Formats: sequence, structure tokens, C-alpha cells
Amino acid sequence: MAESPSATEPLLKVRGVDKHFGAVQALYGVDLDLPSGQVTALCGDNGAGKSVLTKIISGVYTPDHGEFSWEGQPVHVRSTRDASRLGIETVYQDLALCDNLDIVQNMFLGRERVQRSLLDEDDMEREAAKTLASLRVTTVRSIRQPVASLSGGQRQSVAVAKAVMWNSKLVIMDEPTAALGVNQTRQVLDLIKRLRDRGLAVMVISHNLNDVLEVADRIAVLYLGRMVVQDKASAFDRQRVVEYMTTGGKGMKAAAS
Amino acid sequence: MAQPVEIPPDPTAAVQAAEAEVPAALVAQTLPEYTRALYARLRGGDIGVLPVVVGLVAIMVVFEIISPSHVFLSPDNLVNLLQQSAPYMVLAMAETFALLLGEIDLSVGYVGACGAVITVQLVQPVTTHWPWWAAIAAGLGFCLVVGAVQGTIVTRLGIPSFIVTLAGYLIFNGVMLILLGLGPFSGYPNLNSDDANVKVLYNLMAGNIDPTISWIGMAVIVLGLGAVMWFSDARRRRSGLVAPPPSLTLIKIGLIAAAGVVVVAICNINRAVTGVQAGVPWVVPIVLAVLGAWTVLLERTKYGRYVYAIGGNAEAARRAGINVPLVVTIAFALCSMTAGLGLLLYASYIGGMSNNVQGGQLVLFAVAAAVIGGTSLFGGRGKALHGVLGGLVIGGIYNGMYLQNLDVQRIFVVTGLVLLAAVTIDAVSRRGKATGRT
Repeated sequence: MAESPSATEPLLKVRGVDKHFGAVQALYGVDLDLPSGQVTALCGDNGAGKSVLTKIISGVYTPDHGEFSWEGQPVHVRSTRDASRLGIETVYQDLALCDNLDIVQNMFLGRERVQRSLLDEDDMEREAAKTLASLRVTTVRSIRQPVASLSGGQRQSVAVAKAVMWNSKLVIMDEPTAALGVNQTRQVLDLIKRLRDRGLAVMVISHNLNDVLEVADRIAVLYLGRMVVQDKASAFDRQRVVEYMTTGGKGMKAAAS
Repeated sequence: MAQPVEIPPDPTAAVQAAEAEVPAALVAQTLPEYTRALYARLRGGDIGVLPVVVGLVAIMVVFEIISPSHVFLSPDNLVNLLQQSAPYMVLAMAETFALLLGEIDLSVGYVGACGAVITVQLVQPVTTHWPWWAAIAAGLGFCLVVGAVQGTIVTRLGIPSFIVTLAGYLIFNGVMLILLGLGPFSGYPNLNSDDANVKVLYNLMAGNIDPTISWIGMAVIVLGLGAVMWFSDARRRRSGLVAPPPSLTLIKIGLIAAAGVVVVAICNINRAVTGVQAGVPWVVPIVLAVLGAWTVLLERTKYGRYVYAIGGNAEAARRAGINVPLVVTIAFALCSMTAGLGLLLYASYIGGMSNNVQGGQLVLFAVAAAVIGGTSLFGGRGKALHGVLGGLVIGGIYNGMYLQNLDVQRIFVVTGLVLLAAVTIDAVSRRGKATGRT
């Protein structure tokens, strides 16, 4: 799991994914690599197909064509259950937290531990505290406070902690900083880097190029359903990403591999 | 289910994690800290039982002062108050299942009444003469099935529970009248009988536990509950988990013990004009048993956790892999079954069943009791205990105004105003929650 960023075989390799909804072709033969220990940013304008691709990877949609290879093995992801069995967890933009439950209860929702058919709160609380501490999410007052009382950044952190607690290897984050202020955005970006440092593959979908350029090791750009470029983040500057997002890189000399 | 496996962090991360141990502030340990956390929760919209306890004290004081010859707090009337409130308490606990999900069940009054009529009819010596336990099982079983059907319609067809149970309200009002008409009782099957089997049902309300046994039973319950609370809190403190300070645990146990002593002491005073009538009425342990069972189910099991989760964010619950329709259907079934028990206590209180049973009014009282007790109408917040406390408030108002010889129309007005006040507190505290974020 502690693979070095230069490991050759990516954790998840997506090849030739097509997806259409009725007459609308959403994705055309998309390729994407998600290596362990790296943050891959998926960029694209509205309607470029970012969320369709994300939902295909997290098992919400099944592609019409295309191949997945997970740790070098061909796999099929037909449901979210398949995805979480592989170790793919998605942090949705709405975070999917229950405001009335506390942090521990949210982190274990649907996977509670029981002892003689009663909830084993002590065990769950210890495990949740350990996960939060390892992600250095230490700004919350009490892990027994209801999620309703948390700030946006803290809520994002809880949702991420919930995702990584389940032996996940790939964490997909949909617009993680969209609704956050400056300090909280900082918290979340630091958290993303910490996930990468733990050897997880992270895919971030974002509109915010500042965040993308700061945190991403790799950048992939979708344009009208096609993957137009995919490369190391150092190969891009702001101007170039915008160019790819808005024109698909027409007229530019594609340096993509 | 996948067991979470520790992700081996790299060496530097391990050092960081060690430094980043759970901060002390995560675990409120002292009483002042805990009080502050409590205040934060209050401001966060989790109003808990504080308003209802204040309300109860206010009701006691006001009615004691204004009741004729200060009869409100006499042992006789207090025991009567407990018995009178018991059906409201149980109905409120029933309604809690629906309210926690953000749903409502308007049919609890008449569905429960149908169950009670079935039970009362089946034990009649001149007709079927079933044993009391079989008759109760049949009545509660009927309610369970009705609740499951209503829940299925709500979840599978996606019709709002308000509409489905409004239809149920009307349907089972009719069914109740049909069931009442069966047998040679001119619509009034009653429980006033020398038959020992029928007497059991009559004594659910009127029967008393021997005073000595009342004390022993109370002591066993308080000691057992106290031991569980003390040892689980102590274990959590030892392992560094979030736990109330020892002083607070002791205060809680002390309050429970005090409540137990007061109730038993009052009930054990002879309240008969001639002869002896003393001891805790059977209805008290029955209500406590329902309270205990539903508290454990809601707060200590996966099922209960899912009920709260769905009430808080049904979509999040669905994405977490929870079978939302199943959980909701079971909740409606349990709601109706508990209502059946509530109406059985009601039948025992009035000594039979008749077409005077006001199922609509009982529903309003049930919802009012739950909401007054602190359960939110908007789902996700509430406890079985809130129903018991709120039922006591409703019963207290009803009883106190009855002692004033007030007309029933005035009682309706006051009860309605109390319900409105409780709902307002609920709504306002939720607004506090929405703006109280840091």
C-alpha cells in the first residue's frame, strides 16, 4: 500500500469507457489512470462528463463499453457495493451525513458494530477517534457532538474519515471545497494531502483551479465527453488547464502522454 | 461486512498520529465542562427534557394552588393522575416511532381502539371466553398487521403517511363501531365481571401491587439501572471515551432513585375512604416496561440507529446501505402495536369499550404528548422517555382542569394551546440550530 508515487501499474486503470443516456452520448472512449499515493484532479466544464465518469467509477452507473483493471486485475464494477468491496469510497458533494447523529454514529452508519445484538458504542468510538486522530482532524470539540453543530470543513473531514475507515484504497471527492471558506478549504486540502501520504489514490473533482493546482499530482481534463489530456500536474499551468477545459486543446500542441 | 483494517501509515505519519492523540477537549470530563457542552446542545436545537420538566413543575404548582381545597397533590389524585396519563404516555411512545422518521400516524387512536375492542370482546365469558393473554395477543397482533400494511403503502407506493393514516383513521373508526356491535352487549362490551380471567384486564389499571413488593420492586429497578449506568460510564471513563463526569452519573442515579421513592411512597399511602387501597398500580410497571423496551430498541440497537438516521437524512441512510422501506414499515407496525397497548390500558381505565372512545382526540394528545416531551415533529430527534413525560403533562392538564369543573370545550382550548406552544418551541429551537453553526 505504501507504493512509491512512481509505481508503474496504477491502482485503477479505466480504458475505453463509453456511456450514453438515450440519444445523448456522455462519454466517448474515456481512459483514466488513478495511481496509488497520488491525487488525480478531474477537471472539465459543466457537461463535460465529470459526474458521469465519477458515477461509473463508484458503481452508480454501468458503462456501455469499457474495461476496468484494479491492481492489474480486470474487474467489473456494477454497483456501489462492488465498488466498496474493492475499496472505492466516494465522498459526495452533499456529504451524505445525518445532522442529528453524532460523529461516531455517522462514521459507522450502516456498518455498526454490535455485541449480543446491542450496539458496541465503546468500540466504535475508539475506532472513530483513532481514524480522526490519524487524519489529524482535531478541531472538533467532541466526537459525540451532533454533526449539525460542525462547520463545513469539519463536516467534510468527517465524511472523508468515514470513507477512509473502511480499508479504502481509492477515495473519490466531488467538489470537496465548493462551499468552504478560506481556512476550511485549507483544512480540507491538507486532509487530501494526508490521504495521499498514506498511500491512497485520491480523485478530486473540482472547478476551483487554485485548489486543483495546489493539491493535484496529476491532472485529467474532460472536454465534451472525451479525455483530452492527462498528465503530471507539473506539466500544466493555469492557462493551459483553462485552455483544455474550454476548447479541448484545439490548436495547442498536445503534450499529453 | 468488511472489517476495517488499520491502514499502515508511513513512519512519519505514525509519529504525527501519536502527537495528535485525541485531544483532552474531545472528552468532557468535569461537571462545568459537561454543563457547557449541555448548554451548547440546548442552543444547537437539542432541547431535551428540560422544558417539559419545568412545565410539569409549573402544572403541579399552579393546579395545587387553584384546585379546590388543594386536592391536586393529594395521594388519591396523584395516583389517579398516573392512571389517567398512562394511555397518553403509551400512545405518545407509539407515535414517537412515526415522528422520529419525520412521518405521522393519525390512525393510532382508532387502530389501537380496534385492538382493544378485539381483546375486550374475546374475553367475554358469555361469548368467546378466550384466556386474557390470548385475547391481548390477538388485539395487539391485529394492530401490528394494520400498521405493517399502512407502512407498506407509505413506503412502496410513496404516498404521504399523513394521507394513508388519515384514511386509516376513518376506516378503523368504522371498523371499531362494527366490532363493538358484535355479541349481545349493545355496543358496550365491558370488563366489570367476577370472572377471574376478565378481572386480569380490569386490574391492569385498577389493581395494586402489594406495598411491600412495591418497595422491593422499585429498589430492584433503581439498583439495577443505577449499576448499569455507573459501570458503563466508569468503563468509558477508564478507556478515555466521551463520558459524563462521575458526579453527573451519581446525580442522574439519585434523581431516578428519588423519583422511584416518591412514586412508591405516594402510592403506598392508603387512599381508600373506607378499607384499604394502597400500593403501586400495575399500570406503572407496564408503562415502565414499554419505556424500557422501546428505549433499548431505539438507542441501543442497529434498528433504532437506522430509525434516527432516516429521520435525519433518508438519502444518506439509503446510500449507507440501509433498507429504508423495511425500517419504515416496521416502525409503523410497532407504532400501531404500541397504540393497541395504550388503548388496552384505556379500556381497562374506563372498564370496557364503547363508541364514546374519541380516537381523533387521542391521536392529538399522543402527538402533543410526544412533542411536549421534546420529540421533534420534523424527524430524527426524540426518545421514548419524552412520550412518558409529555403524557404526564397532558394528563396533568386534563386532570387539573377536570378538578376545576371546567367544561370539556375549555379543556380542548387549553390542551390545544399547550400543543401549539410545544410545536413552537420545537420549530424555534430548530431555527436556533440552523443559525448556531460555528
